[in-house]
Amino acid sequence: MEQIGMAFLIGGLICLAVQLVIDLTPVTLTAGHVMVGLVTGGAVLSALGWYEPLVQLAGAGATVPLSGFGHALAQGAMRSVDERGLLGALSGGIEATAVGVATAVIFGYTMAVLFDPKPKR
Amino acid sequence: MAFSFEQWTPKVYRRFLQSMKPKRTIAKNALWAFFVGGLFCALGQGIHNFWRWQGLNAFDGAAATAAILVFIGAFLTGIGVYDQLGKHAGAGSLVPITGFANAVVASAMEFKREGYVFGVGAKMFTIAGPVIVYGCLSSVVIGLIYFLRMH
Amino acid sequence: MGKKRGKQTFALAAPPYLAGAYTIAGTKEGEGPLGECFDQLIPDALWGETTWEKTESKLMTTAVRGACQRADWTEGDAELLLAGDLLNQTISANFSARALGIPFFGIFGACSTMAEGLGLGAMLIDGGYVDRLVATASSHHETAERQFRSPNELGVQRPPEAQWTVTGAGAAALASPAVYHHPASLAGRSAVTVTHVTVGKVVDLGVKDAGDMGSAMAPAAAHTILTHLHDTERTVGDYDAIVTGDLGHVGHAACRALMAAEGVVPGERLLDCGVMIFDASRQDTHAGGSGCGCSAVVILSELLRRLRDRCYRRLLFVGTGALFSPMSSQQGESIPAIGHAVVLERGE
Repeated sequence: MEQIGMAFLIGGLICLAVQLVIDLTPVTLTAGHVMVGLVTGGAVLSALGWYEPLVQLAGAGATVPLSGFGHALAQGAMRSVDERGLLGALSGGIEATAVGVATAVIFGYTMAVLFDPKPKR
Repeated sequence: MAFSFEQWTPKVYRRFLQSMKPKRTIAKNALWAFFVGGLFCALGQGIHNFWRWQGLNAFDGAAATAAILVFIGAFLTGIGVYDQLGKHAGAGSLVPITGFANAVVASAMEFKREGYVFGVGAKMFTIAGPVIVYGCLSSVVIGLIYFLRMH
Repeated sequence: MGKKRGKQTFALAAPPYLAGAYTIAGTKEGEGPLGECFDQLIPDALWGETTWEKTESKLMTTAVRGACQRADWTEGDAELLLAGDLLNQTISANFSARALGIPFFGIFGACSTMAEGLGLGAMLIDGGYVDRLVATASSHHETAERQFRSPNELGVQRPPEAQWTVTGAGAAALASPAVYHHPASLAGRSAVTVTHVTVGKVVDLGVKDAGDMGSAMAPAAAHTILTHLHDTERTVGDYDAIVTGDLGHVGHAACRALMAAEGVVPGERLLDCGVMIFDASRQDTHAGGSGCGCSAVVILSELLRRLRDRCYRRLLFVGTGALFSPMSSQQGESIPAIGHAVVLERGE
């Protein structure tokens, strides 16, 4: 229960911080910009060793936001370098996040087959 | 004939507009983002705990959790709920991995009428594609730097 | 004395008549303050079609047929169709023209298309090239979203200055005085003519935010209104209403302030179709309506009624358009904007 509460708190705070960035930046930030920023930022923080403590503290509160996707990419790359050397640098990130990407493709396709977009109200 | 405003620079016009722009509801947006984002993360933690209880290790547990969350985001998009949620939650529904799923599914569905190859197939990643590109780029760069520091 | 007045205005020698008009709109528009005024409302966004683009084209076709009917024209009477919309290569207009089989000029002026069509049409008739033509414009919320913004199911927040693209189409049947006869349906009501056309210049004060088109278009609207008043040597008081196309709440305020900065205070006479069509407090439409269909359905329904029912004697309709594409926007270009004006006046 405590874990879930911590995930709620930290995850919520990350979203709140991003919302403030969106609302307070004078230029328009699109969904694409925000997601790219989070993944890249998460990867860099992770490489510097600053993201892992947050994951230890918040669990899913740090891995569910897209910065956690970046964390998984960076950790995957570094772990693979340990195992396979230079080739690991190329394969590690994709390997570590393959499940997420593949499910997105599968469900994206399935949902497109099953449903039509609905008009906005 | 010329009007004086025609001589204005973009900077002057921007300042002129400042007083006319409606204010954003920053506090309300932030609260929505906090609660919805927090709920997605708490849900993720619950799913993660379930997988760990099922005997998966931390790494596989995280991957399986991501898969379930992607499905939830995709399904909510399919039935037309996620865009309604996003209208209020903003970053709260964009930042969790469900938002990534929403970007993929919304694009795939939207362009279904242009066919399954150049519609669904090609347009699926119009919004989420850059995430994969920059994610891949940064992971390889990080891997290379890590490799060079090791040797 | 020729027909040209000043630098941008044409005074028509034999003002053509607005013989018939027809407006058709979507459900959200139907729930708005002007819902009762439109000739027809569609039950849902698809209206029995398989794609939203087909629906938009059907809206336009329906509006054109309706306008001809209101003018008591038989099929084949319309000699020319001036039509445009927001989509790439103006496909709604193209496919509508295919269905109608009327000789066709496709026009593009973004959201100013209705004013552009009315102005061009009036000049063509006054020039003696044709006696009867139809000008029309359409837009559809979902087709515009997927082309200009993002997929409809994407969970994005709309900024408060964003406008809501109207689903709707309006068509106006214009006739030369030689062939005009008062339609039976207008018995006891006034005929309306197009007397002046002011062609807009592109004005761009550097607004780059595609989510804030009202601010981008306000200078163009103000420029056209001021030029028109100067060219015709008239004042705001000569008009019962000056109606801008679809500046929305933000652009409307900006346009008013820009005019005031040049010493012209329009007061209550300055209206905006984008402000009128939705109730922002109730309908979650933020800064108001936009799209070719917005000014088309507002001007050809409620405002035309006010002229026909003698509430107004003369109004200036200024259609405003943001002439950008998602590509130019991504390349960092600012948004060029234009305003075309036509004077609608009660005939005798």
